[in-house]
Formats: sequence, C-alpha cells, structure tokens
Amino acid sequence: MTAMQIIFLITGAILLAASTMVVTARNLVHAALWLIASLFTVAILFALLEAGFLAAVQVVLYIGAIAILIIFAIMLTRRVMQDSGPQTNTQWWLGGLIALALFGALWFILPSVVYPLANASVPDNSLKTLGFALVDMNQYALPFEVASVLLLVALIGSIVVAGDRK
Amino acid sequence: MIPLSWYLTLAAGVFCIGLYGVLARKNAVAILMGIELMLNAVNINLVAFWRYLTPGNASGQMFAIIVFAVAAAEAAVGLALIISIYRRRNTVIAEDIDLMKW
Amino acid sequence: MDFSKLLSDPVGFIAKLLTDLLVGQLHFPAPLVNVILMIIGVVVVASFCLVFPLFLIWFERRVVARMQDRIGPNRVGWQGLLQTIADALKLLSKEDITPIGADKVAYNISPVLAVVAVISMWAVIPFAHNMVGTDINIGALYIVSVGSLGTLAIMMGGWASNNKYALLGAFRTVAQLVSYEVPMILSLLVPVILARSMGLNDIVRAQSSVWFIFSAPLAAFIFFATSVAEVGRTPFDLLEAESEIVAGFHIEYSGMKFAMFFVAEFMHAFTVGALTAILFLGGWQGPWAEQVPWLGVVYFMLKAFVGYFLVILLRATLPRIRIDHMLDLNWKFFTPVALGAVVCTMITDKLIPTGVSPWVRGGGLFLANLILGWLTFFLLSGAARKMRQEEEGAGEGHASHAEEIGHDAHAPAEAHAAPAH
Repeated sequence: MTAMQIIFLITGAILLAASTMVVTARNLVHAALWLIASLFTVAILFALLEAGFLAAVQVVLYIGAIAILIIFAIMLTRRVMQDSGPQTNTQWWLGGLIALALFGALWFILPSVVYPLANASVPDNSLKTLGFALVDMNQYALPFEVASVLLLVALIGSIVVAGDRK
Repeated sequence: MIPLSWYLTLAAGVFCIGLYGVLARKNAVAILMGIELMLNAVNINLVAFWRYLTPGNASGQMFAIIVFAVAAAEAAVGLALIISIYRRRNTVIAEDIDLMKW
Repeated sequence: MDFSKLLSDPVGFIAKLLTDLLVGQLHFPAPLVNVILMIIGVVVVASFCLVFPLFLIWFERRVVARMQDRIGPNRVGWQGLLQTIADALKLLSKEDITPIGADKVAYNISPVLAVVAVISMWAVIPFAHNMVGTDINIGALYIVSVGSLGTLAIMMGGWASNNKYALLGAFRTVAQLVSYEVPMILSLLVPVILARSMGLNDIVRAQSSVWFIFSAPLAAFIFFATSVAEVGRTPFDLLEAESEIVAGFHIEYSGMKFAMFFVAEFMHAFTVGALTAILFLGGWQGPWAEQVPWLGVVYFMLKAFVGYFLVILLRATLPRIRIDHMLDLNWKFFTPVALGAVVCTMITDKLIPTGVSPWVRGGGLFLANLILGWLTFFLLSGAARKMRQEEEGAGEGHASHAEEIGHDAHAPAEAHAAPAH
C-alpha cells in the first residue's frame, strides 16, 4: 500500500460518496454543492494521473463556470413546493436496476482484461506536445476549430433560447 | 503504482451513479447534474488510458479537452432550454413536460 | 553547516538542517521527513497570508486617510499599528448569529472557502528565484482556477443567508466576477506568450532585460483593471455597496465570519498587486537578486506594494460604477481590446526576427501596443461623437420645449426673489 494508493482510495471514496449524495439529495442546491465536491475530487484524480493542465482546466471550467451556471438555473427555476416530497420518479427502481446491472458487468470484466501497458513515465514537455498537437494541421487542428465553432453556436443558441422576448 | 483497473472501476462506478441520476430523478436540472457526472467519469477513463497506455502521445489529453468543450456547450444550451421551459410552463419536472406525448 | 548557503539558498539550507536533525538524531524514516517538510512549508506560507493582512489593513487606512486630508488611526500602538488587532478583538467578541432558516453547512463554509481561495493563490507565487511554494509549469492557469473558487464562496454565502437582499447581491456579484474573468484570462495570455511558458517563475525570469509592462502596456492595464474588478474594490464596488444594497452578500454575517471575508478581500487586493508585479513589473528581478535571494524578496515586496498602492489610489479617488455600465464596460471595451492585444502581440512577436536584442523586441511590441491603443481611442471617440450627435439631434426638439418651461420657471422665481431682497 504505497502513499499514492492510499491517496487514491481516499479520493475515490469521497468521489463515490459525493456522487451518491448528488443523485439522492432532496434539496437541489445541496445536490449542486455535492456536485462541486465530486468535480473537485475528479480534479485531484487528474493531478494523480500527472495531467496537471487538465486538473486546472477542470477546476476553471466545471467548478468556475458550469457549476455556477447550474446553481443559477436552480435558483431561477425554484418553486417552494418542489423542494419537499420525493425527488424520484415512478420508475426509479428500474433505473437503479439498470445502473446496478451495468456496474456489476463492468466490475467483472474490467480487471480481467490485459491492457497493453506502456510502463513509461510522462515526458517533461507533455504540455508543449499538447499545445503543438492542438495547432498542427496533421494532428488535431480540425477538432480544435470544430470545438470552437460548437462553443460559438452554443453561446448564440443559449442567448436566443433563454433571452427575454420583448 | 496504482493498477489501471482501479481507475476504470472507479470511473464505471461514477458513470453508473450518474446513470441512476438521469433515469430516476424528476427535476430536469437534477437530470443534467447526472449527465455531468457521466461526462466526468468518461474523462477519468480517457486520462487514465492516456497515462497508462500512451503517455508520450497527446491524443488522450486532446480527447479529454474536446469532451470538456462539448460538456460546457451542452450544459449551457441545456440550462437555457430548462429556463425557457420554466418561463412557459412554470414547471421543471420532466414528467410534466409532456405536450408532445401521444 | 554550510552557512554561506543561508545567504544564497535559504530554503534548501533550512530543509537540509531539519532533515539532518530528524533523520540523524531522531531516526525518522525519510518519506515521513519529506511529508513533514512539505507541511512546514504550507504552514509558513499560510501563516504569512493570514498575518500579513494586519499590516495591509493599517497601511490602507493610513494611505486612504492621507489622500482624504486626514490622518487615520494613530492612537493604538505606535503610529496606530495595533489598530487592526484591536478591530480583530472587537470582531471576535461579537455574537455569532446564524439566521433562522439559513443553510448551516453552506453558511459556515462560505467564509472559510473565501479565505482558502486566496491563500491557495500564494502557493505558486515566487518570492525569489528559489523561494517559491511549488514551481508548477501551469502557474498562471492555477491562479485563475483558484480565483474561481472564491466566486463560488460568494454564491454560497449569498444563498445560505436566507435573505433576498443577500441573494440579489450574490447574483450581481457572481455576474460581475464571472464576466470580468474573460478579459483577465485573455490579458494573462500576453505575458505567457512573451515568456513562452505558463509558470510564474519562468515569466519572471523572462523579464531579465525588459519588463513586460513596456512590451505590453495595454495588457497590463487590462489585467490590473479586471483584477481590481475581480476583488470587488472600488470602482467596481457594487458587491458591498453600503449605500445601495446594504453590504450585499455578507449582510447576515457578523463577528469572526465577517472578519474572514474582510481579511480575504484585503489579501486578495494585495495578491492583485503581487501578480501585477510578477507578470508585468519583473517580480523579484533586480541587481544581485540571483546571488542573494533575500534581495529578491525585497524587490518583489516593493513592486507588490506599488501595485497595492495603485489599488488603494483607485479606491480613494474613483466613484462607484453602476452595474449596467460595469457590464457594458466589460463586454464592449475590455474584452475586444484584450482580444486585440493578444492577436497584436502574437503577430508582432512572430514578425520581429528572433536574433535581435530584447530592447528592440520590447520597443517593437510597445509600438504595436501604441498603434492598437490609438486605434481603440479613434474608434471610441468616433462612436462617442456619433452618439453625441444623435442626442443633439433628438434633443433639439426637446431643448426649445425646455427653454420655454425654463422661462416660465424663471419669471415667478425672480418675482419671489425681488421682495426677498
């Protein structure tokens, strides 16, 4: 049990507990706060996997923008009667069964696959490699540009959809 | 070294919890939170595979970055739609938004 | 004991001292000693962050008082230095109220999160070339990500107070903070481009010949202004406008919790000064800073205080901006100019051939910034002229009407004034 494994187990336990609270909390704002906790533990996992850039982007994007957006949406769409009473719909048991079945199947399959592990360490200039990959014509410049167009379309679309009709 | 299967099992657990959230919750914003959990589980998977299989290549991290961008766009549009629906029908419970059901 | 190392590598010297003590005398295992050293480092930086605001608050009150032609606190202790401690004691002795219906967990965590967000920023700030908490290669992005945690704390605090004015204040605050992050990140990109690295120590090292404030004055101005807006200081003071929405999102906080928000705000203001010093004023660079790191600390603190003094100057002189003007300023001025500055810097940096001396390169970038600034000014004055002409055209119909009313109002006033004489 090395130190990294202990850190991973603790982080994993917190992540699973927070995710469970997200989907079972009665009060929606509490669920949003638990979501923020799970997003933060995912950032810690990225840092454990030596992808520091992705950890920082995760915090900026998810916690700094998407979580705040979700909290705004919860507060703008509240009705007082909604916070009490069961928060699950009528076929929640079927959803639980499907999720459990999927998890059981994955639990048995995943450890028994033989992965072509590289057993190498992350090179020092991985950030530079990533940067170059984003703008290199032969690598990932096209998905980069398409993602930019997608974000622009989403920006304009959400303004049009949620804007005030005068 | 942490075995790769630990990461994958953890990601599978979070994915299934998010799946339960999507299938079993009434409120539309809660469903969206389940979707965000599923996207995060996918990201953990991608980065774990990148780290253990091809750490010298940038492809794994690229994929994760594109997933970030798509998740942000989808959250923005989804929440805009929910707010718009709330203005018209004064409810965000997914079962009550059934005008197009036969 | 290599005491000459104390002068040239103080952190390494202390680490070696402690390691020899713990492993040699007390026979601790080496990984545990590593963890203990890391914890000691964290405690030192966090204690500095929590104790320094005592001096910062005194400094600000004296400087603001001098600018307002009065003296400021000078009774408690020599020159009033113990005034902040007296205030802290007063706040400690106040009753700790929790409003009915408040969400206890969120209500209590929110001030803690605000302070944590500010302290975490100091983990990557380089005091000298080998005195930095942790030298990660994504320092600038880390600062942005931790700053967004502070935004979250304000949202939680405003909602958890169970008070509609606190909630409204929190909404406006979060709208301002999230909007101003966009030009801040864009203007943060300019020193990153010029230094070819996101690590803060690398950015400081790249300013060994020409400071970035000469190479990129527009980016420096935009970064400074948007960071002041991120902290929530005047002129972007709407978050705690006492005269408007009664202290905004921290209405319901009393005693020590309010003190934590207060400390977080002042430390964040100083962090803005420190970041401006690192990114644009050359950080710890100065004569003999490489050989004697203590001098680097002195230079860094001096430059950070220059930035902090500018923040205080803005607070003492400028009035508050209205919320719609503030958002207009952000989306219609700062963001386009920041985008223009990034594009302009990129193009100019590519056009200047690589072999020239840094002074020529800095001069070329300064020229490009000057052209961009002149273009912005030209466009803005053209737009302002058009708006003025529209108003005058529409106002001519109104103006004659107003003149008649003015004449009628004048006549009875003069009739009243004459008997009064």
